[in-house]
Amino acid sequence: MNLASLKVPLFLLAAILLVLAPIDLTGIGLPWPGLKRYGTFILSLWLVTSIAAMGVNLIVGYAGQETLAQAAFLGIGAYTTALMTKVGVPFAVAFAASGILAFAVGWVLGFPALRVQKHYLAFVTLAFSVFVWLVIRNEEWLTGGVSGIQDVPRPSVFGLSMKSAANFYWFTLAITGALTAAMWWLLRSPWGRAFTALRENAVRAESLGIDVRGYKLLAFAIGSAYGGLAGSLYAPLVEFIDPAPFALGPSLLYLLMVVVGGAGSFVGPFIGAIVAVLMPLWLETGVSQIANPMLKHLFSYLLVYAFLVMVMMAFCPSGIAGLVERLITPKRRPHSDDKGPTLGTARASASQTGTKP
Amino acid sequence: MFDFLQLVIAGLATGAIYALAAIGFTLLWQTSQTINFAQGEFVVLPAFITLIFMNGAGLPFWMAALLAIAVSMVILGFVFKSVIVDPLIQHGALPLVISTIALSLFLKDGIKEFYSAEAQPFPSLLPDTLVSILGVKVSIAQIGTFCIAFATIFALNWFLSSTRTGRQMQASAQNPTVARILGVNVERMILYTFLINAALAAVAALLIAPSQFAKFSHGEHLGLAAFVAAIVGGFNQVRGAIVGGLIVGVIDNLAATYVSSVYRQAVPLALLVLIILFRPQGILGRKEERAV
Amino acid sequence: MSRVLEVRDVAKSFGGVHAVRGVSFEVNEGEILGLIGPNGSGKSTLFNCILGQLTPSRGDVLVDGRSVAGLRPSELNRLGVSRTFQLLQVFPQLTVRENLILAGQEHVGSRLTRLFGARDSGLSGAADRMIDFFRLGHLAGEKAGGLSYGQQKLLDCAMAFMAGPRLVLLDEPAGGVNLTMLGNLKERLQAINKETGATFIVIEHNMEFVMSLCTRILVLAEGQIIAEGPPDVVRKDPKVIEAYLGH
Repeated sequence: MNLASLKVPLFLLAAILLVLAPIDLTGIGLPWPGLKRYGTFILSLWLVTSIAAMGVNLIVGYAGQETLAQAAFLGIGAYTTALMTKVGVPFAVAFAASGILAFAVGWVLGFPALRVQKHYLAFVTLAFSVFVWLVIRNEEWLTGGVSGIQDVPRPSVFGLSMKSAANFYWFTLAITGALTAAMWWLLRSPWGRAFTALRENAVRAESLGIDVRGYKLLAFAIGSAYGGLAGSLYAPLVEFIDPAPFALGPSLLYLLMVVVGGAGSFVGPFIGAIVAVLMPLWLETGVSQIANPMLKHLFSYLLVYAFLVMVMMAFCPSGIAGLVERLITPKRRPHSDDKGPTLGTARASASQTGTKP
Repeated sequence: MFDFLQLVIAGLATGAIYALAAIGFTLLWQTSQTINFAQGEFVVLPAFITLIFMNGAGLPFWMAALLAIAVSMVILGFVFKSVIVDPLIQHGALPLVISTIALSLFLKDGIKEFYSAEAQPFPSLLPDTLVSILGVKVSIAQIGTFCIAFATIFALNWFLSSTRTGRQMQASAQNPTVARILGVNVERMILYTFLINAALAAVAALLIAPSQFAKFSHGEHLGLAAFVAAIVGGFNQVRGAIVGGLIVGVIDNLAATYVSSVYRQAVPLALLVLIILFRPQGILGRKEERAV
Repeated sequence: MSRVLEVRDVAKSFGGVHAVRGVSFEVNEGEILGLIGPNGSGKSTLFNCILGQLTPSRGDVLVDGRSVAGLRPSELNRLGVSRTFQLLQVFPQLTVRENLILAGQEHVGSRLTRLFGARDSGLSGAADRMIDFFRLGHLAGEKAGGLSYGQQKLLDCAMAFMAGPRLVLLDEPAGGVNLTMLGNLKERLQAINKETGATFIVIEHNMEFVMSLCTRILVLAEGQIIAEGPPDVVRKDPKVIEAYLGH
């Protein structure tokens, strides 16, 4: 089976299924009653999570940097949108403002960090996560503190209200589609090539005229902007925001879900987001059938998740996407083995090319 | 003025604990290029191990504490190295970074699920009695904490510089290839580093828990303080980590009083940004050649 | 003949070790200058100082009469100074053609055209010509990681020429390359030198290769220039022989 030739049909099929998901198809003879309100909500949440994860994937999977602040950028977007739309600013303006603000903050944060050593960006974003959470929690006059902001309005498009779960889902789906297309374009442009180059071998890339520092910064700022845009959709989706989803813990989860899905693979963030959104639900239903309280604790969401990531890193650093590709791609001549780029590429290729025969 | 001095002394006591965590962090980085993002949780878990020995097995505090240090060295030293670090190190830095991030979540959530989500009171060897030295009021516990932390640091320093094993460890850190040629068992030296890191973290945990209680979520702040201390001091120097730890502790304490206690946790960020902007190589660090 | 590169009294020490101690020389347009010397003589350090990879402790480097001190390697590259590395450095996940497009893309257009413009920055044609020039035509669509060592070495060199540089620094281009490929490489380098008038500086251990390729040789020992001149003169210089045999 050749995966590459199936990519377009598979993508179209997924798009059609996603559009039809909330619709009752039993009327035309198909056994699909349509997703109910809650199911539609979960699907919307998956889309929003995927947008944020795409941003992380750009930073981590393509540009080889580390970000521990994606939830903080979601928070920036969510609060910007909530505050603006509550005073009557149109959603489109708030959405754009959220993205631009997250981009600008990402730029200001990344600029000093990327001047120095590797991993400094991780520390700076880690500290920044804590800082954003403190601001959201403590500046009650602006953010409502721990009691948050209630009744975030849902937008209307050309007079059509997005109040219903299904309408808002389609709205989110359309925006996700547009952002996915934009990411696709970005990664296939010379910028995308430069990102790959600096991840694989920054010194060589620099010697070829590629402004490594500038491209790293761009990748980080754009990835963060995706976080802000995701947050901007998250606020009207849940209609009530408080500090908890924007703390350090969720930021770490965004990084981990991308890794589980497959960092450096285009579909990786979508897969990772499915796992991240659905796993708590599975575990909840599963655990409710367990009587032993000690065992119940064992199936705590974070515990299982963290364990999964550690196992994954040891045995399959290219994530679920890499695993799937490895399983369905037939073995070929070893030298043209085009397994997807993995997190370990930089080191692996260095050792490959670093020794003289 | 005396208030200020009091705060500085309290800050030095906390800072000495940060220094312990930062030294371990730096040692791991030097010898095995491991950036341990779970370092904060390493400074939390031993306190809970102690509590388990005390409440579960009914042991006296001192015995529980010593056992906790030993158990930590096994779990956070040996097991951490052989299960998490060794299989990943050849894949490069990023998978290992991610795995230690997952480990930090794993430990944090494990403590919350299996022990308690509440802050646990923790016994102290030393009383909180205030004594007045030249008009400055300090508690015996603070002086004790500072003394124990520095005794540990001096012991480590003596070990590294005056024993054969210690010097072999330093050689392995500075140039593993040459060390290997000279017959040093580099692998074993790296293992020692992991054990030392775990022991330092355990001592730090036992020292910090009495004043701040033991809570699953404390690792976030402790970890951040340790990272920032290491970076402020110069990232790859033990001396730097000590100075960095003390600076972070003092500034942390002063800011909590003079600036705002709710933003206390933001102090490391501010310090980090200042250091990166004005002295990226750290206070004691040497200027390195550009990364790219 | 204009002066492309001028190195003025460049020195570099690491801690207490003086790797390069005050080296000065000039390179004229179209020259192929060989830089030789025993291991540890400071060749690579000097290279890295010229290229902005290391900051010299002292001295100045001028390209086309303009000081390039403090420029980042990427900025220097966009001024027309290009290089290869001692250890092979291609991008294994990209195809041969994409490696070459990457090597040229930062020299055409602007940041914005690189985002919104053509995916290949209009360089496919140039890349294919370069691929043909280095006789890699049948491999254009292959991932670089799948090429043989010698082919990767050719690609590595091709990448250095992709942006039409004025000055190219080649760090051990012959290292690890088999004899057939070596002849091919030398002949291609000479051809490109004749065709474009580009200036080369070559670090090389393979004496036969360097003596037949270069028009002038500079010998470095213990961080200083001990001899300079045409290959035939340098070959017979007793100081050079001593520097090599003494180590």
